[in-house]
Amino acid sequence: MIEIKNINKSFGERQVVKDVSFSFYPSKTNLIIGESGCGKTTILKLMVGLHAVDSGEILYNGVDFLKRDRKAQQEIRKEIGMLFQGGALFDSQTLEENVRFPLDMFTDLSKEEKNDRVNFCLQRVKLEGKNALYPAELSGGMKKRASLARAIANNPKYLFCDEPNSGLDPKTSIVIDELIKDITQEFKITTIIVTHDMNSVIEIGDNIMFVHKGENWWTGNKSDILNTSNKELFDFVFASSFMKTVFKGSGK
Amino acid sequence: MKLFFHIGRYFMLMSRVFQRPQKFRVYGRQIIFEIDAMGISSLPIVAIISVFMGGIIAIQTASNIDNPLIPRYTIGFTVRESIMLEFSPTVVCLILAGKIGSNIASEIGAMRITEQIDALEIMGINSAGYLIFPKIAAAILIFPVLIALSMFLGISGGYLMACLPSAAFSTYDYVFGIQAFFDPGKLYYSFTKVLVFAFIITSVSSYYGYHTSGGALEVGKSSTNAVVYSSILILLFSLILTYLFLIR
Repeated sequence: MIEIKNINKSFGERQVVKDVSFSFYPSKTNLIIGESGCGKTTILKLMVGLHAVDSGEILYNGVDFLKRDRKAQQEIRKEIGMLFQGGALFDSQTLEENVRFPLDMFTDLSKEEKNDRVNFCLQRVKLEGKNALYPAELSGGMKKRASLARAIANNPKYLFCDEPNSGLDPKTSIVIDELIKDITQEFKITTIIVTHDMNSVIEIGDNIMFVHKGENWWTGNKSDILNTSNKELFDFVFASSFMKTVFKGSGK
Repeated sequence: MKLFFHIGRYFMLMSRVFQRPQKFRVYGRQIIFEIDAMGISSLPIVAIISVFMGGIIAIQTASNIDNPLIPRYTIGFTVRESIMLEFSPTVVCLILAGKIGSNIASEIGAMRITEQIDALEIMGINSAGYLIFPKIAAAILIFPVLIALSMFLGISGGYLMACLPSAAFSTYDYVFGIQAFFDPGKLYYSFTKVLVFAFIITSVSSYYGYHTSGGALEVGKSSTNAVVYSSILILLFSLILTYLFLIR
């Protein structure tokens, strides 16, 4: 479980995260949603320590991440997997080498055991047989799946996903969503997803925080969100005519 | 004030670079990869420049010595001293700063803007150590080899000029000259400079690459800054080391 308590972050004069608190639960897909530029990716980066927090607490199973020194933070990070928006695969390495990388760095597994684990992860994200391809040879959806395979290679306790559906067609988006949901439940991972994709929200939103102007504006789950009376959330959810037609037009 | 900011940030980065490696075997593999990438790939340019420069120095010296009291072996002596003391350690390192420095800065800069460095950090890897230490170690190992080769080829370039039918000096004079008044202590001076320059090129270029922010334009700027500041520091340290070693 991860808890964030009263976190604040400013870039210069501009405060982008304002007193945000929320709890992210294991075996659930925890979503941070909001408009572009509302501060949701910043919250994600604060949680993993890529940005320094101005004030507040970030607790990983009760351990305050921010009060640890750099080495202790590195130890916590070994339990984190992250799917980046652009994949962030290492260009100079093949798909297999990318997925094996965390195993090479942090485990003493034999070569055969590593190969088995790599093949298992690639199979899990439906990329079996693509071991020798380089990132430049992969499509956008394949890159995301490869990034997911690398993220789960070392059996993480926490999985962070930054816009996993951005730039993907609806069909591939659903594949990625289902993969994340299955992996979350199968390995009992605490998964945090930053997204503004409403399909994802409706499909996999177990525990949702809506961020508006850097604040935690609303919390709930995928059922609550469709019946919200919160004006800003309503405007966000039903901004597209598709959502209006499907959920409001049908009287849901 | 900006100068102090960069100096402070550079030393903070270096303190992370020289932390204990998390996995020696992975670092060892990276060092071998870097030796190949920056050392072996630089062999052709180093060889070509050295041969030509040795030949040019020999012709220039021969054409400028018109006093019959100056022995002809001075040509070989001058080529050896020029190549060994300044051309190979300093000029070749300046050329390598352009080739290797820009490559390092753009490689690490591109990794920064495509979040590959963030990915390393989130895995719990000391990204500065993993990316930069193998480059510094590889340069320190391979640069002396490249420069020794440059010295040999530069002196050979002068010899080739002596072999030409129209040469103003004989091969005998040239070979006598390159052996005359040889002080092995000067090699110690030359290779000390090479080690310092190897460190400057890789660490300064890595620094600019690592702190890239923005997009492709900033990667280009980092690459330019890496070459410019590495070159300035090479010349500055060349002056300091020359003063310390040769002016006694």
